[in-house]
Amino acid sequence: MQNDLLTFGGRALASRLIVGTGKYPDMTIARAAILASGAAMVTVAVRRVDLSRREGESILDVLQDAKLAILPNTAGCYTADEAVRTARLAREAGLSELIKLEVIGDQRTLFPDTEGLLQATRVLVKEGFVVLPYTNDDLVVARRLRDAGAAAVMPLAAPIGSGLGIQNPVNLRILIEEIRDVPVIVDAGVGTASDAALAMELGADGILMNTGIAGAGDPVKMARAMRAAVEAGRLAFEAGRIPRKLHASASSPVEGLIR
Amino acid sequence: MLIHLNGGEHQAPEGATLSGLLEAMRLQPGRVAIEVNGRVVARADFERVQIREGDVLEVVQFVGGG
Repeated sequence: MQNDLLTFGGRALASRLIVGTGKYPDMTIARAAILASGAAMVTVAVRRVDLSRREGESILDVLQDAKLAILPNTAGCYTADEAVRTARLAREAGLSELIKLEVIGDQRTLFPDTEGLLQATRVLVKEGFVVLPYTNDDLVVARRLRDAGAAAVMPLAAPIGSGLGIQNPVNLRILIEEIRDVPVIVDAGVGTASDAALAMELGADGILMNTGIAGAGDPVKMARAMRAAVEAGRLAFEAGRIPRKLHASASSPVEGLIR
Repeated sequence: MLIHLNGGEHQAPEGATLSGLLEAMRLQPGRVAIEVNGRVVARADFERVQIREGDVLEVVQFVGGG
């Protein structure tokens, strides 16, 4: 199903689910869950090497044989400048132009600073990055990001790590309907499989999640659930759901009943 | 000589290169990225670039994250 690939920035991913690599209880569970999710791309963060202790096994060590695309993020950056610096370091560390751009504007909600986001997007696009910005479910901002050269837009469903699910399906639907030329990837807030299915049924091109899987009671099982939900939601979207009606419409023939 | 490394003070031998510094810290060059005084240094230049007294270095790597 060639047309069912998630494509952006000259890449085609075999899965519409992108998963994070943080917050797992240990590396064995992380690896098992990430593989079970079927994701073809995983996110990582860029952090200072801890000089005070010997480095243990890294997430990239345990995923080395899995041939997953690596999407570094600029998580924790509160200004466009910090995000740009982090992106440049990520490019050198990973030898790839891909960047999940985060410019955070508020500590408690981790809501994006959309002004800083736009600014950083413009700089990084000019430098040849494939920019995937984490943004609000705001159509106007999404349009500006697209116009600035973002390879996709990644609106939140709810605050990062909240597991609240899609808080504003109408905003998301409007955004998805209007942003047609780059993929819309729902990033953040998915709590369980039905949230993922709903996002895909609304027409999202993909979903990025971390805590929903990593924080679940059984992360490997939840990864399988999310994989199935993303596939089911996508299929339902492509199939086209029936219109909602107020009254019943019999599924069995009304003729030929015994009297 | 004194350098600033990942937010702390660090002693490095005179004339040390970035490669030498990584070796001393037992870090694989293929796994890290380095910024010297705000500019990212290409991995291919680690052997060539020498550290100077007072340089501000950031040595980063990928870790688990969303």
